[in-house]
Amino acid sequence: MAQIVLKHISKKYKEDTIISDLNLTIKDGSFTVLVGPSGCGKSTTLRMIAGLEKESGGEIWIGDQCVNHMQPGLRDVAMVFQNYALYPTMTVRENIEFGLRNRKVPKPDREALIRDICEIVDLTPHLNKKPQNLSGGQRQRVALARAMVKKPKVFILDEPLSNLDAKLRNQMRTELIQLHQRLRSTFVYVTHDQVEAMSMGDEIVVMNKGVIQQADSPMKLYHDPDNLFTAQFIGTPAMNIMEYSRVPGLKAEAKAVIKYIGFRAEHVITNLNELKEGLVVEGEILTRESLGSENIYQVQSAAGLFFVKTFLSPLLTASHMKVIIPYAQLYYFDSNGSRIRGIETPNHAAAGKVQEAARNRALLGVGGA
Amino acid sequence: MTLWEKLRPYSMVAPALTIFSLFFIYPILYMIYLSMYDWNFISPTKNFVGLQNFAELLQEKEFLQVISNTTIYTLLTVAFIIGLSLILALWLNRAGLFQSFVQGAIFSPHIVSWVSISMIWAWVMDPQYGLLNWFIGLFGFGKLAWLSSQSTSLISLVIVAVWKGLGYNTLVFIAGLQSIPKDIYEAAALDHSKSWTTFSRLILPMLSPTIFFLVIINMIGSFQVFETIAIMTQGGPVNSTNTLVYYIYEYGFRFFKIGYASAAGVILLFIVGLLTIVYFKMLSKRVHY
Repeated sequence: MAQIVLKHISKKYKEDTIISDLNLTIKDGSFTVLVGPSGCGKSTTLRMIAGLEKESGGEIWIGDQCVNHMQPGLRDVAMVFQNYALYPTMTVRENIEFGLRNRKVPKPDREALIRDICEIVDLTPHLNKKPQNLSGGQRQRVALARAMVKKPKVFILDEPLSNLDAKLRNQMRTELIQLHQRLRSTFVYVTHDQVEAMSMGDEIVVMNKGVIQQADSPMKLYHDPDNLFTAQFIGTPAMNIMEYSRVPGLKAEAKAVIKYIGFRAEHVITNLNELKEGLVVEGEILTRESLGSENIYQVQSAAGLFFVKTFLSPLLTASHMKVIIPYAQLYYFDSNGSRIRGIETPNHAAAGKVQEAARNRALLGVGGA
Repeated sequence: MTLWEKLRPYSMVAPALTIFSLFFIYPILYMIYLSMYDWNFISPTKNFVGLQNFAELLQEKEFLQVISNTTIYTLLTVAFIIGLSLILALWLNRAGLFQSFVQGAIFSPHIVSWVSISMIWAWVMDPQYGLLNWFIGLFGFGKLAWLSSQSTSLISLVIVAVWKGLGYNTLVFIAGLQSIPKDIYEAAALDHSKSWTTFSRLILPMLSPTIFFLVIINMIGSFQVFETIAIMTQGGPVNSTNTLVYYIYEYGFRFFKIGYASAAGVILLFIVGLLTIVYFKMLSKRVHY
């Protein structure tokens, strides 16, 4: 259990600067997720914490020690790799005890540790098999067991669920969350999948091009994004962004110049009777996706393409759609992509009360629809 | 299926099969046949002698020394080639201009003919004017007789063979090393594994298919060494470098005792065949795939 602090970290590969002046504190015992698109530097950051990459500048502190010059094996960090990196010529038992043997842990202690760990991850029947005779999920658990048995201060997981099928991924997600609650170690998790990030993390660090866009709890990222990138990265489908000038009938006062507005597909209200005050947008429905509990519509409007998401409602078959978005659910951004907060539109206060009533009605209506 | 459709695959293989049968299978069978005759290559008649050639061979002191020389030569060559090329491969398994250059340089002996190499090394190992004695003289060593002395002649040939084979074997090892995924090394580093542990418990087992392959082909090749002996030592001095294939050559084409030579050839065939079978049976279990 240890806090990790990255101070002014930079990383260069020959001429390319991947990361410059990264400052991050990962709280002790938290489940922190580094999330971002490919090439954003999240795996590089992770590997620098593990000691597999040397930072070009800055300091890394694990607990109360600066680990810049410490070997990976001495940092008390365990890592689960994307491709598991199991030793193919060794059995499951030998894979798990390799680290312990290198630390000269005596045999009876090793046996006890392995026994306990295998019960936790349910590997006891597979101890004498080699990795090639195991399924993907089982290999995943061996990789986890190998990391856990060392009882490290920090667990590092580099996209461990990417190679699993969807169902197994969901199962392992809950297992990992439970594991974190049980072990209470600091978990640092890297993924490009924002659904994974949102469901697992206490704290999510959104990165793009080597820069931290926002580091916050999942709900804060969802409700209160700092910038355009974060707003569009979190949420499925991505937040609808339109140019302010192209949106008909919207007037807002702000200190900064508004360039973009955004709203989430799930905040769009399709029944115009539910809400009187709000941004009205209409357009041609291009595609309809029905996912069982929710429907996603892609609509082409004068201001651009946007998505609408409805829950537990029948699929709309009309070719034209007119929707309304409550003013309170609009997000405003300037030309740099930074969020502009504290904007009030005319009738905003009144719209708030009407919107509350509408939302309550919608919730009641769900069961009967 | 029509007749032609049935015959077509065989007609495709026929040319290769014909050549293979004519130049490989037939000579082997003919050699086995000849081993039971006494023939001097010129006379139109052959005398059937049954297994007498074999009986003579196995009691002949010279032949037994030949077998011993060939075995020692093979063991030394294989041991040094595998050991040195593995070390070289570990050092050269990195990207870089220097590494690429050295990889190319050590591979060049592989593409030069044995005959050329034998002639050049014969000069290099000349006791009076050779480059090798000059070179070791720089470090304060006295001149060695190399090919001219009974005690050092076989090891001199081993040196030549190792020099020639190093490049090819190193390259194969480098290919084997590069098939090991990088994250195995990283996982081992995080498991606090020292270099030797990583090598002996992880790398070496993962290289076992490559080692298996290289040992057997080097062994079979070394057992059949001929060019260096024919050009550099002619089996001498005093039979110290007389090896099996050279012995067959001498008795077959110099002394014209074809039957006797064929019997020696059959013994060579038998030894190599036995070696291969035993090798596969014993060691294939220890290879991890």
